[in-house]
Amino acid sequence: MTDPADSVLIEGQKEKVRQGLSRRLRAERRFRAYGVVAIVLAILMLLFLAGTIAANGYSAFYQTWIKVDVFLDEELIAPDGKTDPQTLREEGDFRGALIESLVASYRVRGREKENRLIAMFSTDAERTLQRHAIANPRLVGKNISIWVKASSDIDQLTKGAIRRDLPESGRKVKDVQLVWYDRMAAENRIETRFNTGFFSTGDSREPEQAGIWGAIVGSFLTMLVTLILAFPVGLAAAVYLEEFAPKNRLTDLIEVNINNLAAVPSIVFGLLGLAVFLNFFELPRSAPLVGGMVLALMTLPTIIIAARASLLAVPPSVREAALGLGASRVQVVSHHVLPLAMPGILTGTIIGMARALGETAPLLMIGMVAFIVDIPGGPTDASTVMPVQIYLWADSPERGFVEKTSGAVIVLLAFLVVMNASAVYLRKKFERRW
Amino acid sequence: MNYGAILAALLVLTVLGFYLGRGRARAAAGRGQSRLHSLPGYYGAHVAIWMALPAFTLFVFWISFQGAIVEGIVWNGLPDRVTVLGETKPRDALPAEQKQLLINNIRNYATGDVVSGDVTALMKQGAAQYLRLEALSSWILAAAMAILAAVGLLLTYRSIAPTMRARVRVERVALLLLMVASTIAILTTVGIVLSLLFEALAFFTKVSPVDFLFGLEWSPQTAIREDQVGASGAFGAIPVFAGTMLITVIAMVVAVPVGLFAAIYLSEYASRRVRAAVKPVLEVLAGIPTVVYGFFAALTVAPMIRDAGAAVGLSVASESALAAGLIMGIMIIPFVSSLSDDIINAVPQALRDGSYGLGATRSETIRQVVLPAALPGIVGAVLLAVSRAIGETMIVVMAAGLSAKLTVNPFDAVTTVTVQIVTNLTGDPEFDSPKTLSAFALGLALFLVTLCLNVIALKVVQKYREKYD
Repeated sequence: MTDPADSVLIEGQKEKVRQGLSRRLRAERRFRAYGVVAIVLAILMLLFLAGTIAANGYSAFYQTWIKVDVFLDEELIAPDGKTDPQTLREEGDFRGALIESLVASYRVRGREKENRLIAMFSTDAERTLQRHAIANPRLVGKNISIWVKASSDIDQLTKGAIRRDLPESGRKVKDVQLVWYDRMAAENRIETRFNTGFFSTGDSREPEQAGIWGAIVGSFLTMLVTLILAFPVGLAAAVYLEEFAPKNRLTDLIEVNINNLAAVPSIVFGLLGLAVFLNFFELPRSAPLVGGMVLALMTLPTIIIAARASLLAVPPSVREAALGLGASRVQVVSHHVLPLAMPGILTGTIIGMARALGETAPLLMIGMVAFIVDIPGGPTDASTVMPVQIYLWADSPERGFVEKTSGAVIVLLAFLVVMNASAVYLRKKFERRW
Repeated sequence: MNYGAILAALLVLTVLGFYLGRGRARAAAGRGQSRLHSLPGYYGAHVAIWMALPAFTLFVFWISFQGAIVEGIVWNGLPDRVTVLGETKPRDALPAEQKQLLINNIRNYATGDVVSGDVTALMKQGAAQYLRLEALSSWILAAAMAILAAVGLLLTYRSIAPTMRARVRVERVALLLLMVASTIAILTTVGIVLSLLFEALAFFTKVSPVDFLFGLEWSPQTAIREDQVGASGAFGAIPVFAGTMLITVIAMVVAVPVGLFAAIYLSEYASRRVRAAVKPVLEVLAGIPTVVYGFFAALTVAPMIRDAGAAVGLSVASESALAAGLIMGIMIIPFVSSLSDDIINAVPQALRDGSYGLGATRSETIRQVVLPAALPGIVGAVLLAVSRAIGETMIVVMAAGLSAKLTVNPFDAVTTVTVQIVTNLTGDPEFDSPKTLSAFALGLALFLVTLCLNVIALKVVQKYREKYD
């Protein structure tokens, strides 16, 4: 048998096709390469982002401490001779004692130099001294050796973020401070430790004292409110629409509404919260209660859509069998359909909650951007949440806050990874193919 | 009395009611339980519902409106002449904002919050009255709820009889609750529209809509004193809209090609294993909070672009539209790619096979058969992505500027609708200044535009999906 092409094509045409073929194959390879490039670009970007954050943020988890020898001068700390906790707490001048001892041991003269020296220590240092003295009142009037937090600039110097080779005017740590620093280092008075304060304190104006515990608690309370509101309502709405709703204009309208709400910019929900919850109902500003309500409205469509999809995936035969055995329609749903659909619903809920946890914009609208030091005790206390804390720190000019911001980002991403991983696990473990 | 305690008490009573009802149903059935219409639990549930539901509804309404009523009573209980901001005036002649200030101060003093200005005897008197009334109100509420629960218990408990169709009644209530839950979506939309419209109308009484929509100058800072220079702000939103468009276009230039090619590669070329590995990685990009992108853009990308520009002699603003747009594009890549992926997969295999049969290469098939067939769906996906980009807030708040400049230069700093909303509303917004209200007008514009985009896009995507089913 002869190739039909041979009989139809004359020699010139064959050549043309052959030439065209190599051109077409080159185009094919190019086209394929575009796809690979696109994917590689996206992945590189992700790695770049993750790398930058990790490189900037890992140092937030440890912190510089300095050992100082302090003479707990009675005249400053306990002026009327009493060493009970109350006097020490209210009247003791621990900053004075610290300055006095430092000035003595580094032989500093002059106001300016004194200030430079004390500026190497965090303002938390005097509180450390105070706590120590209150715990051990018999040490008053004696010399002690104690580790205190360094100031943020010294901390950054230790971590290499402030470079020594810059001219003095362009450097936060001055030459004289470098001399003292080197002397302390030579005497083994400088040490880096795990930064427990970062995980146990609230916000602060001083980078070395700022922590994210307040934001974590705020996020937790907000998420709790969101979950309590959004999950039952979303579940109920999905069950109604998928299992009971008659097909009419009202339910059509609800469907269109839900799909649109899922795509409304999150900041619009913030405007809603501001106008309705704060201005109309006069709920407290900056409170996790209001934040949770706003995020619940935002998360609701996500939960409804996910729940409907997994209700739809339960085969009709399950419903028919239950109906055939005499169950009422409500019983069919609550005894059979819902338990089967639950893993999918929970997965959708976790994903929706993870999105809500990372959401910032609507919370800015309801005043959760305030500077709040205290750890919130309940859903109506003023508080902040993790993404907002990141936003606030990102706005601060100090070098120390860049590190703190990245550290907070790492913590936030860790929470999100855990949530999403548990969603994936749930799906893998309980997914059923009918 | 604590609201949590009231609710806890109601819960305990309700549980009690459930057991009471169930017990009575069992007793009424005697030995032959089959004489009962429903299972005993349904009788218990019936009792519980009628104890809890009316009382809880009352509770919700009560706490929604108690504040306003208590404030009204406190206000009327104040002396006829009051001193606010150092001036003594007749109480009824007080301007609205001073009245609000006084009431807020009284409330804040009563709840131990910060009070603006000095604490006056007037405030102390009001606060004492406030606390008294609030305590009284919560006691009345508790009593009313107890009475409602008792009535519910009595009526339903007495009605328990073997012939009562408890299951039907319980299910009817359950269905009603489900229906109410599903209408919350509509209520949310109505709430959004009303709250935006209401405040935006207040804004348009101060600034004409024509000036807002077609004005070329935007500087919402109004002066505190009237004699200051530039005392009245300018509210022409064109530069703000233009900035939004500029950043959106940059984002789309990044996201559409990358997302589309990634989707094409994944759905047409990639092996199953590559697909399973790459797809989740792209999804990770979608899961990163926008505040993280914003931080990354402001800290790393913007300075990088500025330095690169300086190296080739271009002057790039440190808050350039390019940096914000670029990062926003990266954020949107997974959005475009996963939607397009779905759409490309929905193109029937028969179309591809036909094309291969005619001797087309894979890329020719994709370009000339698959993409044209998928085009409407992809357009829908891009529209959705545009709506995402327009409404995106944190990236632009952190990486784009505040200066409302009318420019198409991507190296310049521009501002966007969402940035203006955030800056005009954070801090302590006063609801009578056009600066604050302008945020709602911008919000309304944002809502309407994204709504239109979404409606069109969802229609297109849906219609297209059905076509090949």
